[in-house]
Amino acid sequence: MKPTDTSNPDYFHKVVDCQWACPAHTNVPEYIRLIAQGRYTDAYLLNRESNVFPGILGRVCDRPCEPACRRGRVEDKPVAICRLKRVAADLSDEVRDRLPQRPAGGNGKRIALVGAGCASLTVANDLLPLGYDVVIYEKLAETGGLMRSNIPRFRLPPAILDDEIDAIVDMGAELRLNSPVESMAALLDEGYDAIFVGSGAPQGKNLELPGRYDTDRIHIGIAWLESVAFDHIDSIGEKVLIIGGGNTAMDCCRSSLRLGGKDVRVMARKPRHLLKASDWELEDAEEERVEIMLNHSPEEFIVEDGKLVGMKFAKVEWHDDGSGRLKSTTIDEVVLPCDDVILAIGQENAFPWIERDLGLEFDQWDVPVVDPATFQSTREGVFFGGDSAFGPKNIIWAVEHGHQAAISIHKHCQGESMTERLPQTMNLSSTKMSIHEWSYSNDFDPAARRLMPHVDLKERFENLDIEVELGFTAEQTITEVERCLNCDIQTVFKAGLCIECDACIDICPVDCLTITHNGEEADLRSRLTAPAENLDQELYVSDGLPQTGRVMVKDENLCVHCGLCAERCPTAAWDMQKSELIIPYATDEAACPTKRKAG
Amino acid sequence: MSFIRKPKIVYKGQRTNALGLTRRDYEGGMSTLCAGCGHDSITTALVQAFFELDIEPHKVAKLSGIGCSSKTPAYFLDSAHGINAVHGRMPAVATGANAAARDLYYIGVSGDGDSLSIGLGQFAHAMRRNLQMLYVIENNGVYGLTKGQFSASADIGSKAKKGEVNEQRPIDPVKAALALGGSFVARAFSGDKEQLVPLLKAGIKHNGFAMIDVLSPCVTFNDHEDSTKSYAHTRQFYHPAVHADFIPPAQPIEAGGDEGGVLRVNLHDGSQLLLRKVAPDYDPHSRAGAYSYLDECEKRGEIVTGLLYIEEDRASMHEISQTAKQSLRDLEYDKLNPGAETLKALQSRYR
Ligand SMILES: Cc1cc2nc3c(=O)[nH]c(=O)nc-3n(C[C@H](O)[C@H](O)[C@H](O)COP(=O)(O)OP(=O)(O)OC[C@H]3O[C@@H](n4cnc5c(N)ncnc54)[C@H](O)[C@@H]3O)c2cc1C
Ligand SMILES: Cc1ncc(C[n+]2csc(CCOP(=O)(O)OP(=O)(O)O)c2C)c(N)n1
Ligand code: SF4
Ligand code: SF4
Ligand code: SF4
Ligand SMILES: [Mg+2]
Repeated sequence: MKPTDTSNPDYFHKVVDCQWACPAHTNVPEYIRLIAQGRYTDAYLLNRESNVFPGILGRVCDRPCEPACRRGRVEDKPVAICRLKRVAADLSDEVRDRLPQRPAGGNGKRIALVGAGCASLTVANDLLPLGYDVVIYEKLAETGGLMRSNIPRFRLPPAILDDEIDAIVDMGAELRLNSPVESMAALLDEGYDAIFVGSGAPQGKNLELPGRYDTDRIHIGIAWLESVAFDHIDSIGEKVLIIGGGNTAMDCCRSSLRLGGKDVRVMARKPRHLLKASDWELEDAEEERVEIMLNHSPEEFIVEDGKLVGMKFAKVEWHDDGSGRLKSTTIDEVVLPCDDVILAIGQENAFPWIERDLGLEFDQWDVPVVDPATFQSTREGVFFGGDSAFGPKNIIWAVEHGHQAAISIHKHCQGESMTERLPQTMNLSSTKMSIHEWSYSNDFDPAARRLMPHVDLKERFENLDIEVELGFTAEQTITEVERCLNCDIQTVFKAGLCIECDACIDICPVDCLTITHNGEEADLRSRLTAPAENLDQELYVSDGLPQTGRVMVKDENLCVHCGLCAERCPTAAWDMQKSELIIPYATDEAACPTKRKAG
Repeated sequence: MSFIRKPKIVYKGQRTNALGLTRRDYEGGMSTLCAGCGHDSITTALVQAFFELDIEPHKVAKLSGIGCSSKTPAYFLDSAHGINAVHGRMPAVATGANAAARDLYYIGVSGDGDSLSIGLGQFAHAMRRNLQMLYVIENNGVYGLTKGQFSASADIGSKAKKGEVNEQRPIDPVKAALALGGSFVARAFSGDKEQLVPLLKAGIKHNGFAMIDVLSPCVTFNDHEDSTKSYAHTRQFYHPAVHADFIPPAQPIEAGGDEGGVLRVNLHDGSQLLLRKVAPDYDPHSRAGAYSYLDECEKRGEIVTGLLYIEEDRASMHEISQTAKQSLRDLEYDKLNPGAETLKALQSRYR
């Protein structure tokens, strides 16, 4: 193999599994270290830089970082990254005085944002400090989008939303509530320099089965949750069936329990491992005694005398049809009694307010055609982001879309090429303090993952507003921060210094180092101290070593960043260096504008 | 040395041996040797060898004298037995221990100072008795522990760190062992575990005194230019002559006999060694041949390594002395202590 090119920032970035997996590339290990040092406000602000809503995301983020966390490969459970984010938010001081404001006077450019969800709010957050005039149009009477209208209050209290959203609006945005945009053509006529569509994927899917329209006790999940959130609905029948196996289904069943539901079941067509809901959402629902019934395919609503009395399901079995696709066969039929049914089978994009003759193309699924790098539509100056761009995802993706769209909007308004964007870069700095001292906590702590304490199972159902998760205690925090393996403290190797004494190889607690003759990747992977079987993880291959010409190979898979290789090395051929990924935002683009002007 | 211990991490997919133990179960305390010391590498090789041989750690006795090398038994097999003897006197203590408890594996770790300077007499007699043990000399050409004075293995012309030149003839433990009747004589290098680990395994299983001289650079006092025991010098003049593959008893063997330069040697317990030779006419059963080959290579400055001489069926100490077949602890009490009357009768035979 060729020597690894560590000057490409992606190489060391990829070693920081959590940061690599996070759509917004949140600097997880650094904020965990700040928490460990009691610097909660700094930890909060570091989070805010990339993910904008640490208090919200510290509660409800989809957390793609956690399944990626190295700790989950070394032992069973990843670091409780998301819970620690909440610790930073819970304990942070007021940060308003450390946030930028829109400069008085502004830069003379006007931007319209459609929707006050997390995508639009991120765009506002990034563009206001540059002096843009930002006008936010929101259909509803409140900000926040699905975060407020659909994520139940017992998971995400409104006060948290208000705090983080107001911080953005108060930078100087013009917020127009109760102002649905009903015509894109009309909006274009207003002469904005750019328009950002962050209107989400607002339509819940329907289920056309016999009996569907014979009763008013069948609800569309996201519409029902919105009615609950805004207090238009405050009760439900005792027997409730939720159709669907995703996170919306989990919010529907848990909300039902708080509105009078006694026998609440989630009816899923698929087996457990294929459910869309995250493991922790399933666990939380089951803790509340919701029964998750698998392999039940809905067939018919049973309505007697205009009253919904039950629902018929086919019990199915799944098997591979030979081409790798799953096919079901019916093995039985069952009827379950019910008072209400909630359909939670997915969302769709809908843009009835966008005329189709504006040069704004829609694809075969009636979804706008959007460039995945610039977020611009086929009409210049109109951008999409969040659920409206590529269908329903989650908050952190919407935030990342917002950051990228903000850069594009800025470049569009300044007449710069949108595709010539600042690259990500990386700084490396040694963490060595003395022979055996490093500026991070390098010892491996074998503690198991801490569990989130919950409000008592009786108390929590009293009303919708009781937040179930209590947040980590000080003791839990102290333990959990030490579980982080500091994956951003990189093992950096200088081949010219190595005398091939094997000290590093011998000390490595997870056998990830080898000195051997070079070869092709597959061959090399099989010849290491421990075979490198995780192909998603890179091999770090050195130049030829001075004495024998062999190479040092590190399998990045299990390294716990203990620094022992560097401590053991007599020549300091290994060093532990902190990698800091530098992610460009709209402000950075604004700080060096001329370099990449179009043409 | 390091201020944090090597953490014990049971990671997914970690290999276990026939006893269900991981390599980590064969480790010992945290090393306090200098970072990069060859001795630490040999420690790791010993861990690997015992792990691969599926030996229960408590069936092993570790012995040593004084020196950096002699400290290393503290760093492997922490559930084995151990005695740290006085300088150069480990062979006597090993002889006593082995006489009493013959069912343990004995592993002695010594240095060039400990064995060739102060302990040369003891070393010679243990070999002469063919005491059943693996005897490792961690050879760095200096007294590491007392800050780098030349030892008896320092080569003529080799320079000390501060510049003085050694003028005295070295004692080569391999040649000494050949001359003193050693039954298993090998040389290896701490920087080549592919060669060292199988040699250690063979030595552990050899029925008699297995002496392995392991070149083990002292990074602190003897790894400079003009030292003949540095990593760089050893690598430059490294000449592996006989490579030993260790085949445990249960495993079938493909190649056999003395074909294509591969010689098969049967060990006492049913395991086998496959010796691959660089010089096709090299005969590891010939003491004189080994000696002259060493002489020849020495003239070219080459450092000959490998299993250089083996005599697999020479009687070991217990066989020569016709001692009890089991350890003394397993003898019935009246056999172990036949009583005052028997003692008197015995003594009267010498009056
Ligand atoms: C039940 C449920 C639970 C969820 N739970 C989680 C979770 O725990 N974690 C997570 O990360 N994600 C979760 N999601 C997904 C997440 O809420 C969305 O991916 C995210 O909110 C998308 O943000 P957005 O800004 O693109 O759109 P939205 O949040 O949908 O915001 C769009 C806004 O635009 C407004 N709007 C729409 N059309 C117009 C118009 N024409 N004029 C003016 N305003 C308009 C809407 O009223 C809304 O306020 C959940 C989704 C649902 C349905
Ligand atoms: C009876 C006695 N004499 C002298 C010493 C001092 N002494 C300690 S270690 C040592 C030499 C050790 O050299 P070696 O065996 O080569 O071990 P190394 O440290 O090089 O591994 C000496 C002379 C001693 N401890 N006891
Ligand atoms: S830091 Fe070094 S010694 Fe520690 S696990 Fe990683 S490679 Fe191994
Ligand atoms: S410890 Fe240092 S000198 Fe020794 S092999 Fe490792 S990198 Fe090379
Ligand atoms: S002084 Fe030499 S022999 Fe002793 S520990 Fe240090 S490097 Fe090893
Ligand atoms: Mg020595």
